[in-house]
Amino acid sequence: MLSLDRVARTVLWQELVRGFALTLAYMFKRKVTLNYPYEKGPLSPRFRGEHALRRYPSGEERCIACKLCEAICPAQAITIESEPRPDGSRRTTRYDIDMTKCIYCGFCEEACPVDAIVEGPNMEFAAETREELFYTKEKLLENGERWEREIALRLELDAPYR
Amino acid sequence: MAEIFTGTIWPLLQLVGLTLLIVVPLLVAVAYLTYAERKIIAAMQLRQGPMFVGPYGLLQPLADGLKLFFKETVIPSGANRGVFLIAPMVTFVLALIGWAVIPFGPGLVLADINVGILYLFAVSSLGVYGVIMAGWASNSRYAFLGALRSSAQMVSYEIAIGLIIINVLITAGSLNLSDIVEAQAEHGWYVIWHFPMFVIFIASILAETNRHPFDLPEDEASLVTGYNVEYSSMTFALFFLGEYANMILMSAMASILFLGGWLPPVAVPPFTWIPGPIWFILKISLVLFVYIWARATLPRYRYDQLMRLGWKVFLPLALAWIVITSGVMVTFDLFPD
Amino acid sequence: MTAAAFVFYVLALVTVMAAVMVIAARNPVHAVLFLILAFFNAAGLFLLAGAEFLAMALVVVYVGAVAVLFLFVVMMLDIHFVQLREGFLRYLPVGVLVGVVLLAELVLVFGASAFDAQPAPPPPAPAAPSNTEALGRLLYTDYFYLFQAAGVILLIAMIGAISLTLRHRPDAKRQDIAAQVHRRREETLEIRKVKPRTGI
Repeated sequence: MLSLDRVARTVLWQELVRGFALTLAYMFKRKVTLNYPYEKGPLSPRFRGEHALRRYPSGEERCIACKLCEAICPAQAITIESEPRPDGSRRTTRYDIDMTKCIYCGFCEEACPVDAIVEGPNMEFAAETREELFYTKEKLLENGERWEREIALRLELDAPYR
Repeated sequence: MAEIFTGTIWPLLQLVGLTLLIVVPLLVAVAYLTYAERKIIAAMQLRQGPMFVGPYGLLQPLADGLKLFFKETVIPSGANRGVFLIAPMVTFVLALIGWAVIPFGPGLVLADINVGILYLFAVSSLGVYGVIMAGWASNSRYAFLGALRSSAQMVSYEIAIGLIIINVLITAGSLNLSDIVEAQAEHGWYVIWHFPMFVIFIASILAETNRHPFDLPEDEASLVTGYNVEYSSMTFALFFLGEYANMILMSAMASILFLGGWLPPVAVPPFTWIPGPIWFILKISLVLFVYIWARATLPRYRYDQLMRLGWKVFLPLALAWIVITSGVMVTFDLFPD
Repeated sequence: MTAAAFVFYVLALVTVMAAVMVIAARNPVHAVLFLILAFFNAAGLFLLAGAEFLAMALVVVYVGAVAVLFLFVVMMLDIHFVQLREGFLRYLPVGVLVGVVLLAELVLVFGASAFDAQPAPPPPAPAAPSNTEALGRLLYTDYFYLFQAAGVILLIAMIGAISLTLRHRPDAKRQDIAAQVHRRREETLEIRKVKPRTGI
């Protein structure tokens, strides 16, 4: 009886028919494509994108040139130089991130004692030249200004789990 | 002068015009076949396919063609120049000349020759040369391996196709394609009488045109893309066009042999209002859909499985079916004439 | 010159030139490709003579299958072109002799009339409606036994080739596809609930 069943399955191409029916059924299902530049998926608050240097609400930059981020960076993408400012506070004179070296591990963000360097939600910063990807302090601060609202919200959302 | 014009030049011009009337729509069909392929496979994989060039991505094939056209033709330094350049032309021309004998409707055929089906079979069996020449002339191992696989495969499946055609010929009693279609008006479509042969025929033409799941000659995973790795720009485009035109040709062959060519499914008014060529095109599209459907459904065969299927399954089945067909026809005295 | 004659001369010229190139080409693969061209033009000549079935059979059998195998073998061979050409002059007299003998035989068979300047008269129309049918009637009636004998000879050749190359290898593992396809989950899998830290 079993062998008759087998023969029937073979002769009637049961597997073939089932396979074809499956693909045909899928053809009429709803598409799951996101039309990326026009539609975007949700991002986690922990998403690690483009870097930014933040400021205090007063406008003072947060970074105190402790160089913890430079030390922990596994790709050695961060370069920091610092000098005391005329008012006596310790600030960076240079804060460069080589985005072509960066591996987006988020260690700098974790290491920072003052939440100055963060990785923001932006991942659309592709450039046409390498030079554009050598970020300077100005560029990072500008990013911080541009993305401050999102960054603050993300930090707040993620705070309970830290 | 006038005599030369009416005697030689005018018929020649007419012939050129008629040829263009077939070739130009064919090339457009090829372009939109690639579009349809991408759209259908995308749909079966829950994707959308080309979307951005033109409404619903309708201009995508044109963009692709233009891109290929403006690329540089690279000829590898170790290649055999002449053969390297002739190979894509052979593929392309062979895919086109088959259309000379395809009847689109009653009397709507460029060359109504008596051995039409043999001609088609011959043209399809020559297709292997483009591939084998390309593979050899490229002076590349991948291309050569692709060519070897392809030639062995095409020669093997041709035999199955030949035997299947014989089944149809026995029932129709003619080698003329128009007669074969007319015979189906009388007997009913051969897909009903020869259904197993129809399925084997579809599988064999998949193998003959090197399509999934039998696309071992261009198996990306093991051969990069097989015989056409070294080709670029228009030479590649010719291969591509040739391959797809061949697919359409084979689908036309399947519709003529098994699906009643230009005949409507049932010869009653609502169906007979639609002209024959439309039916024919619809049937070709149906077979092409099966081509693409198979590509979306089936995984690629292993080479020894492919050869086993061709020689140990299809060939004996087709032979046995010839015996059965002949036996039935002799017993019930069904032979035409 | 009529169109048919023009086509004939073109085809004949290409056939002859391709045939010459078959022995003159330096590269053996090119030689095979020229052979294919010659076959092709010969098919054209058949077509011109009204033997459409023979023409198509020539293309399907010789060009589509036999020549592919030729090409296959020649492509795979590692031939040194220079060595191959060394013996050319040495064997030339023998080659010429064979050619002359063949030519003489052809002349004897067809008579001198075939070499007149006049093109051959058109072949008489076959009695049957198409020459496919005419051929079939001849093969399966008058020459039936010879036809069957040819088939048997081919069958013997095929069996011979297979028996020469077939080796039975008991150590080789073979795939039984039917058995694989029909394997069911129940036959191969046994599901057991294993308690943690106990093992089976």
